[in-house]
Amino acid sequence: MRWIRRHLLGVVAAMVLVYLFVPIAVVAVLSFNKPEGKYNTSWNTFSLDGWTNICGVPGVCDSFMISIRIGIISTLIATVLGTMIAFALVRYRFRGRSSTNLLIFLPMTTPEVVMGASLLALFLNLRFPLGELTIIIAHIMFTISFVVVTVKARLQGMDPRLEEAARDLYAGPRATFRYVTLPLVAPGIAGAALLGFSLSFDDFIISFFNAGTVVTFPIYIWGAAQRGIPVQVNALATLVFVIALLIVLLSQFVASRRRKALENDISQNAINIDAFLPKS
Amino acid sequence: MAAVLPSTKATGVVVAQRKSRTGYLLLLPGMTWLAIFFAIPFVTLFLTSLQAPVAGQSGQYVPAFQISNYSDALLEYWPQFLRSFVYAGIATGFALIIAYPLAYFIAFKAGRWRALMLVLVIAPSFASFLLRTYAWKTILADEGFITSFFNFLHLLPDDRILNTGFAVVAGLTYNFLPFMILPLYAALEKIDPRLIEASNDLYASAFTTFRKVTWPLSLPGVVAGTLLTFIPATGDYINAELLGSTQNRMIGNVIQTNFIEFRDYPTASALSFVLMAAILVLVFTYIRRAGTEDLV
Repeated sequence: MRWIRRHLLGVVAAMVLVYLFVPIAVVAVLSFNKPEGKYNTSWNTFSLDGWTNICGVPGVCDSFMISIRIGIISTLIATVLGTMIAFALVRYRFRGRSSTNLLIFLPMTTPEVVMGASLLALFLNLRFPLGELTIIIAHIMFTISFVVVTVKARLQGMDPRLEEAARDLYAGPRATFRYVTLPLVAPGIAGAALLGFSLSFDDFIISFFNAGTVVTFPIYIWGAAQRGIPVQVNALATLVFVIALLIVLLSQFVASRRRKALENDISQNAINIDAFLPKS
Repeated sequence: MAAVLPSTKATGVVVAQRKSRTGYLLLLPGMTWLAIFFAIPFVTLFLTSLQAPVAGQSGQYVPAFQISNYSDALLEYWPQFLRSFVYAGIATGFALIIAYPLAYFIAFKAGRWRALMLVLVIAPSFASFLLRTYAWKTILADEGFITSFFNFLHLLPDDRILNTGFAVVAGLTYNFLPFMILPLYAALEKIDPRLIEASNDLYASAFTTFRKVTWPLSLPGVVAGTLLTFIPATGDYINAELLGSTQNRMIGNVIQTNFIEFRDYPTASALSFVLMAAILVLVFTYIRRAGTEDLV
């Protein structure tokens, strides 16, 4: 009893974390299922069909590849545009700052159904043909803000003395940016790109409004939900989840190793600015 | 105001913000994109919401000034509107109760596990939103453990959870929980733990410390988390579609079917516009308290 009272908070926190993963466990377990009827919602018998024949159902892998392609293109563009905005916000003074902040904030709080509907209203009125291009346009639009927020946080957390030191050591603005600023912001940009890709890859509502006849992976799942989701979909989703989790955990691990190495360096050499600069 | 102040966040060292054309050039492409594909669509949405149908041709509309589109849409669909706000409100309340202990633990007790726990909070969104929602069909199934348990206690009016409002609220609570946890954590993490120690040293009970110190200091996170959970939950229609019945349709379902299936663009646009207006009121109330600089 005493143990529970002392660790109550920890126990509750752990339960909440477990709760977050329960549906994912269900998705993963059902990927090894051989459903009894057409709906894969309850356990029947073990089967590896979903995994060994992962492209076995028509449309599954096609839609998956379309989503990957849309994700990569829109992430690349949104990351560049968003990073530029983040630099402007942190490093420059300009007029219209609060309306700029608002225009970046609003896409993150507007319900997807409203963004999807209003963008479709624009395309319909312009008689712009719906398809992969309109999905990419939409995805860039709603991921830019998330990129800005992520990169901006990284830029603000940076010690400005590092750049000053570079300038004091006669590095020109270009060299300072190339060898000091960019390497320090890079993890933030990479994180923003990863976030952007996962938002794009998983987006359903906005895509559905602006897809025309294009079927992305989430749109495929939506359609399949009515007639039964094939086990292959569960297998692919589980695979994506595991890969994404590994990437993030690995980058966390590398970052903490690097931080420790850096701390050792600094403690050994008192003040040694070289430790902060990447080997060129 | 904010433009005049140098940014002093995080390191406490003043960075002089430069004023030059480069700033505008950096903003230009991204902000243009947002202006064309986010801001202008609201204008077309508004114009579409006032259009009048062409007699005899379904799906064809001409520019007009039919204010009655709004009153007609609201008269017909006010129950779905109300339901959206009620479901989203309840889900936001549950999310706050569930998220707070975890956010508190990560901020004050997690130690070296902090980074890992934050990854675990974000990780569920790497698995498909639709499939995670669909998985609740299995978890809340009629013969399932959870439904049986609540039935044993005679707590369910319909003897089931699936295809009722309970399932929709459960799904909404689950899906938007990370949006509550992260801002709460960000606010709690900024609290100096010595303030809590001081309160304990002055013989405040754990409950008093929470009520007088921790909770008020975490309020910015509570407000931000509430907004970030409530807004997407109000507009969501995936949970209502997959977990509810036709009795549990939310405003998102109505907008989607009117826009895509019935091709009744004016009605769907009018509803979207009203939804957006309601949300803008919420956002601006928040901004009046916090200013725009903390938004992004």
